[in-house]
Amino acid sequence: METPRPEGEAPAPKQQTMIYICGECHMENEVKARDPIRCRECGYRIMYKKRTKRMIVFDAR
Amino acid sequence: MERIKEIRTRVELKEHGLENVHSTDFPGSYDGYDDTWSQEKFEKNFKVEIGRLTADELEFDMIGIDAAIANAFRRILLAEVPTMAIEKVHIYNNTSIIQDEVLAHRLGLIPIKADPRMFEYKQDAEAEPTDTDTIQFELKVKCTRNTHVKDATDPDDLYKNHKVMTSHMKWIPIGNQAQIFKEGEIRPVIDDILIAKLRPGQELDLKLFCVKGIGQDHAKFSPVATASYRLLPEITLLKPVTGKLAHKLKNCFTPGVIEIDNVNGESKARVAHPRKDTCSREVFRHDDLKDLVKLTRVRDHFIFSVESTGILPPEVLVSQAIQVLIAKVREVKRELDVYK
Repeated sequence: METPRPEGEAPAPKQQTMIYICGECHMENEVKARDPIRCRECGYRIMYKKRTKRMIVFDAR
Repeated sequence: MERIKEIRTRVELKEHGLENVHSTDFPGSYDGYDDTWSQEKFEKNFKVEIGRLTADELEFDMIGIDAAIANAFRRILLAEVPTMAIEKVHIYNNTSIIQDEVLAHRLGLIPIKADPRMFEYKQDAEAEPTDTDTIQFELKVKCTRNTHVKDATDPDDLYKNHKVMTSHMKWIPIGNQAQIFKEGEIRPVIDDILIAKLRPGQELDLKLFCVKGIGQDHAKFSPVATASYRLLPEITLLKPVTGKLAHKLKNCFTPGVIEIDNVNGESKARVAHPRKDTCSREVFRHDDLKDLVKLTRVRDHFIFSVESTGILPPEVLVSQAIQVLIAKVREVKRELDVYK
């Protein structure tokens, strides 16, 4: 049985594309859910996530 | 009497060590000498002579002052004359191989050309930056492959923006800073300092916040590359040195210190520029020479060398150091006056 959603809230986007970086050639690859994990450029099968977009503050010391 | 005068005014360099290194000219140390301090006497003896002044170097002589005061100026130059330096780094993106904290530390050490006298100290480190206490820079660089060239092996040809330099730093005026400062008044002192190296796809996206500070807090705020002094060397020939021995003597010192004169067909050594001597004491290693010379240094003659990082001219730094010392003396005086 499906869990009831609060009214007015849109369902989560079905297929969110994510960008991953190839471990071999460092190309950026758009990978959708259930896509084969494979670099479009070189066919390598190890992918890495991109760095967080969150700002980090450092002391210059 | 002659010996006492020597002890009072000269540091002697001996074969195995130094003698009379400390100041002893205090009231009551010597019979027959008046060592009480008087402004009049000081003003009569005190002298400053400027030797060499370039855009970022200054050599000057400060004569007739105690080592304690000369050293105070040196220490103030190193640690208490303020400058602006990068203090906070906001990292939005850094995909280069240099780690965030290492990159932030490197950025901190870059000399920032901005007149520190135009800024206030930031009172609260967590407070919002204002136009009176903070300078903001932006560093946004992305490396790309250079598609025009083929068969290149040099990274300079292969990639665009692969070297992140201080010239990539862009000043972002805060508040009305754009009206107060002209373009180019606030920038890194040197434009070609390498900050990081990138490869295609890597990028830096940073915001840099500079604040005013002093060297005591962190060396990055120090306005000088070096500030040092040495005592004026003095070389006395006890007996005339002639012939082969004169040439041997000349070779014991820094070039230019000893010159050879031709007197009636015989070479004779003469002390020409003792100031140039490094005081290596090489001459004491030779048994035939060591009793012929006396090496001393003048205890109250300081040869200062001030090398600026380029933020402020060296002569301004020295006058700022003097102002700092005056402010300290005023503070002591004010506190003493309470007990009057």
